Amino acid sequence: MATVTNTSNGTYKVVGTRPLRPDGVDKVTGRAKYGADYSLPGMLHGKVLRSPHAHARIKAINVEKALKLAGVKAIVTGRDLPEGENKSVPLGEMSVNPRHLGHNILARDKVLYQGHAVAAVAAVTPYIAEQALELIEVEYEVLPPVMTVDEAMASTAPILDPELRNEELGDQPTNIAKHTQLKRGDIEAGFKSAEIVIEREFRTAMVHQGYIEPHNALATYGSDGRGTIYCSTQGPFEVRGMSAAVLGISPGSIKVVPAEIGGGFGGKTTVYLEPLALLLAMKTGRPVKMVMTRAEVLRASGPTSGSHIKVKMGCTRQGTITAAHVWLAYEAGAFPGSPVAAAAMTVLAPYAIPNVLIDAYDVLVNRPKTAAYRAPGATNAAFAAESVVDELAERCGLDPLDFRILNGSHEGTPHPAGPPYKRIGFIETCEAIKNSAHYKSPLKGANRGRGVASGFWFNAGMQSVAMVHVHADGTASVVTGSPDIGGSRASCAMIAAEVLGVDVDQVRPMVTDTDAIGHTDVTGGSRVTFATGMAVFQAAEDVVRQLKERAAKLFECKPDEVEFRAGTFAAKSNPSTSITIKDLAKRLPRTGGPVTGRAAVNARGVGPAFATACIDVEVDPETGKVEILRCTIAQDAGKAIHPSYVEGQMQGGTAQGVGWALNEEYVYDSQGRLLNSGLLDYRMPTCPDLPMMEPIIVEVPNPGHPLGVRGVGEVSIVPPPAAIANAIYRAVGIRMTELPMSPPRLLKAILARRAEDRTSPAAAARA
Amino acid sequence: MAKTRIEATINGEPVEFLCEPRQSLLEVLRDVLNLTGTKEGCLTGDCGACSVILNGRLVCSCLVLGLEVAGATVETVEGLAAGTELVPLQQAFLQQAALQCGICTPGFLVAAKALLDSNPNPSETEIRYALAGNLCRCTGYDKIVRAVMDAAALMRQGQGRASSPMQGREA
Repeated sequence: MATVTNTSNGTYKVVGTRPLRPDGVDKVTGRAKYGADYSLPGMLHGKVLRSPHAHARIKAINVEKALKLAGVKAIVTGRDLPEGENKSVPLGEMSVNPRHLGHNILARDKVLYQGHAVAAVAAVTPYIAEQALELIEVEYEVLPPVMTVDEAMASTAPILDPELRNEELGDQPTNIAKHTQLKRGDIEAGFKSAEIVIEREFRTAMVHQGYIEPHNALATYGSDGRGTIYCSTQGPFEVRGMSAAVLGISPGSIKVVPAEIGGGFGGKTTVYLEPLALLLAMKTGRPVKMVMTRAEVLRASGPTSGSHIKVKMGCTRQGTITAAHVWLAYEAGAFPGSPVAAAAMTVLAPYAIPNVLIDAYDVLVNRPKTAAYRAPGATNAAFAAESVVDELAERCGLDPLDFRILNGSHEGTPHPAGPPYKRIGFIETCEAIKNSAHYKSPLKGANRGRGVASGFWFNAGMQSVAMVHVHADGTASVVTGSPDIGGSRASCAMIAAEVLGVDVDQVRPMVTDTDAIGHTDVTGGSRVTFATGMAVFQAAEDVVRQLKERAAKLFECKPDEVEFRAGTFAAKSNPSTSITIKDLAKRLPRTGGPVTGRAAVNARGVGPAFATACIDVEVDPETGKVEILRCTIAQDAGKAIHPSYVEGQMQGGTAQGVGWALNEEYVYDSQGRLLNSGLLDYRMPTCPDLPMMEPIIVEVPNPGHPLGVRGVGEVSIVPPPAAIANAIYRAVGIRMTELPMSPPRLLKAILARRAEDRTSPAAAARA
Repeated sequence: MAKTRIEATINGEPVEFLCEPRQSLLEVLRDVLNLTGTKEGCLTGDCGACSVILNGRLVCSCLVLGLEVAGATVETVEGLAAGTELVPLQQAFLQQAALQCGICTPGFLVAAKALLDSNPNPSETEIRYALAGNLCRCTGYDKIVRAVMDAAALMRQGQGRASSPMQGREA
């Protein structure tokens, strides 16, 4: 069962309890409205024509026949979008290349992956829109596809973007969008001082976030020149900014109304349908609704990168890591922007290593443009590095957790990409696993093994705005611009209730649209409970400050002579003069009018997250199937506001890591056609695939947050693939270096090992 | 295309609707009858988000044609609660925090109801296999399985009928 390791001293009334979530009843009764549940009178339905080819030049598009079909109201192609600037422009948290973004929404001269949007139709029914797609004639000149980073980096590779250049190659066309290098110390000296050096090569497959709700958008556009987009998104302000950039209109002319969102995991931080729906609404003057099919989601939204990784790491016989060289090449997809830079900054982050060299390559391939996926870039890299760490620990004869603790980053350790860490909880996560009932229990039985691995994620701060309104009955509402993807309305309400000293059911949280709140960055980077929570905390403090002024009027004293404790205001000079928030709320009209607390933050003081997993597996040597027997994950939450939803993030991230480790992968044929564009063949973990997952919440408070919060959404996905690889090694003696470790792949390795054992006596003796 | 008039019983109420031959039950529920609690995740019967109970049997409504429900009874997530009173499954999902984004929740509730209707005392393994057709990407299933076990226990004790959702707030 779940346990909490608490190192914080704070005593809270609401924080740390487990109230029912405020949006819960709507979600168990079917009343909650997700993007696809919206409809409007006179609404048209939009559909997208997608490229059947992975790489081709568009010679001509003829829409005449399709336009003549009764019920078709508008058709748009890439030529209907303005050509954006080919440079990086800031947009909230991220930067965006408007040209690349536009070309991904609708291809202009070339299609760069199977499923790349070529045209969009609006018609009176979805069926007519689909029929119209079949009448659009596109003439393609098919080009050879480039499907892997190895192919794409070869000097003879076909070029995806003839205009792409990188700093190192000068004016030479290339598929390498960027080479990033991180260095510390003297790498050669570091390896010289190593007594044990391990060098391994890894490959990981492209995988999808796998949210159950397909992308959707419903857009309206009025003759006043103002548009509204209803959609399920992690970032309404990003949808507004990106849609404006793609359409060449002012962001202020678009309002984005975030619907309930059915999962995102990073995949709903960009736009696909939103600008198209708005463009079709602009063309027709009618509302236009668009919803992707599952095949479209898999083919044409943004999965995360497959990768090729090399790790060389050396340590002393006593187990001190002296040097590490990591080489990373990540699939960006059709346009630049894989998370390889994040991979470079996370891959060695759990360890204090004096000599480090990391090379990271962002590489174009004829696959969909990648998008963020939970701790983007970190999981691939950790699979590689944590496998090598496990091997080093074994060679030193050390317990893998002791090896990690020995080399572990702590307060003051320089982070590979920045200043030294403040207080962090990496070692505490290792110790929590070491002390767990799971790790202490024996694992018996043939073909069974136990593996551990760790992971790091930065977490994010960024911009958030919150308002807290006090109502006449003493209840309060909390308004933010952060879509709630996993329970953040609950944590925001709890934070406000804590500050206001009221019960949490006296606080109603809501997420509002882009016109009703100030700029709020994406629900992503594990930032909502940290940064939006910080804004809510400050907005609630603002309420308390204003209410002290009101109480001072009633008490006929100065505001700083008013004390506030447990929801009650009292005059310091005369404690018998007191009034509760509830009673004071009734007096607001006669003491100056309504009270609204506000806060706008660009949150600093981000506290990084670490997690360590322990996973037991059993390998079926006849099929190569891996069964997860037991799974424990320890993660530093800083402070768990609502422990149930912290556990939920840890369990969900771990489950995604298990899927990534064992089954999930994009399978393409030689022509770049995706062979598994459905959820039967894109094999995510089902209920019988997993055991109960035991979360251990470690609480090492973040000194940069008023409640010690770090953010918990992402890091739990990072350790499982390496932990499972390490467990498979202990089960059957084979170190897997390729993800997914699916039955065919593992069986092949088992059979190869058997063949080797038959022919080589030395190997047989080893076995 | 010509539409057919269909009569069926949905969530205990007699319902009439016009249906095109190609329309799935899922489309009828969502687009014709405005019962949007049933969700679309894949349209190929692989995710279970559109689960409904048709004549007592759990089905993916995306794989059933609207025409096929003529004279049938259909139960959707909207029919689970009796008025404002949540049933034990719904209460247990809230108390166990068995949902995060919530998009799969209607399908899980309906599939779990189908299980508990036929097996009031399922083992963890039986629950896991009964829910194998429903994908959840947020929770890792742990809290969902616990919620179904809790609901089964509540129902066996004949409890959980009278409590309102706001009572017993500690999860």
